[in-house]
Amino acid sequence: MGLVAGLAVLALPRVAAALTVDQARGLVEKTVADINSIISSGKGEGAMLNDFEKLFASYADVPTIARSALGPAARQASKAQLSGFTRAFQGYISRKYGRRFREFIGGRIEVNEARAVKSYYEVVTTAYLRGEAPFEVRFHVSDRAGKSLFFNIIIEGVNMLASERTEIGALLDQRGGDLDRLIADMKSL
Amino acid sequence: MVSVCVMRDVRMMGLNISFTDVRFVRISALVAGFGLLAACAGGASGPDGINDPYESTNRSVHEFNRGVDRVLVGPASKGYGGVVPEPVKRVVGNVADTVDLPGDIANNLLQFRLDNAAQNTLRLAVNLTMGVGGLFDASTAIGLPGKPTDFGETLHVWGVGEGIYVEVPLAGPSTARDTTGMVVDLALNPVRLALPDREATAATVLKLFSRLGDRDRFSETVESILYDSADSYAQARLLYLQNRRFQLGQGGGATADGAEDDGFIDPYEDLYAE
Repeated sequence: MGLVAGLAVLALPRVAAALTVDQARGLVEKTVADINSIISSGKGEGAMLNDFEKLFASYADVPTIARSALGPAARQASKAQLSGFTRAFQGYISRKYGRRFREFIGGRIEVNEARAVKSYYEVVTTAYLRGEAPFEVRFHVSDRAGKSLFFNIIIEGVNMLASERTEIGALLDQRGGDLDRLIADMKSL
Repeated sequence: MVSVCVMRDVRMMGLNISFTDVRFVRISALVAGFGLLAACAGGASGPDGINDPYESTNRSVHEFNRGVDRVLVGPASKGYGGVVPEPVKRVVGNVADTVDLPGDIANNLLQFRLDNAAQNTLRLAVNLTMGVGGLFDASTAIGLPGKPTDFGETLHVWGVGEGIYVEVPLAGPSTARDTTGMVVDLALNPVRLALPDREATAATVLKLFSRLGDRDRFSETVESILYDSADSYAQARLLYLQNRRFQLGQGGGATADGAEDDGFIDPYEDLYAE
């Protein structure tokens, strides 16, 4: 009996890990399905951008992504500034990527594999867009915020977090490091 | 590292000498290219994997390139994209790709990637016959996609590091190694060497039109980087380096694990370190 219980305990983490790989895959599948339904909804661009923002807020770890994009400046920021920045960032990124939705019309993303890598999960997908050779899109998923959320997207090696760190860093430099000005300006970016 | 680099440089000069009957222009272009390769001492990259000691020069070149794109290439590509019908654009792209195939095959062989060489050779044969002299991409239709490559990748396979980052006038983001590769590919392109002058020029013009077509097709991406980002130089540099490393890691000897680690940023590290 003791041995069986011991084995069961040993087996537990494996089961948990396997579940989370499936959760990671499920998260990406749901995200992709939602993107497709937004695009095919036939709504106006403004309404679609709102839908993209809702999708981003529910499937991505926005506070963590925003904080990482802000880089070293996040350490000096006050709590109020951080939450203001996170809100502004959520809208900014949804508009930035959402505006490109036309490129996805008639395309599809297929989930190939999901696996646990170190402290996170990686879901590898292939994007098939009209008139383009298929390309690889990787989603990095973590459950450290309490549930499975993605925190990075890597398109053929091009890393969204790294790219946004560069962009936000440059925007902040242009404003002499004034985070409040950046937050205010981001609403119109 | 530097001495290894110089040794490679010298060895490739030997390769250069066997082509002494090539026009002087080509030789001088090659020498210029190999000079750049001498800057291939790797390992000096910063914490972010970017090795850009000539950033201020590169930024001036970037401004020049942006200007050329704004007044010339961008509008020309819109004209080309808007006026020329889709099937014609596709034919131009197909012929340009077919003209590139002999160069790809030569590089596949130099990389000892015989499977890719075989696939590109088969592709060339299919497109020249079923594809009516390269007008149609019959190969992709039958599940034989191209394995495009370049001499920069060949250098990578031979163990040459990427070297410093450079933005090349009219050509855009590159590295010392990839610029050398570009010069070699241009100078020693088998098709241009084999064809008479006029046909070789026609092939070059066709290639330029095919590039205009690409600029038009990817205009949203190109414009978002060049004109919508806060620091288009830094953004283009990051994009180029990440994508190029991804490309080379895929076909190269790098393990799947190594490729993953390249792209991994742990945003939770900061959060939990406090």
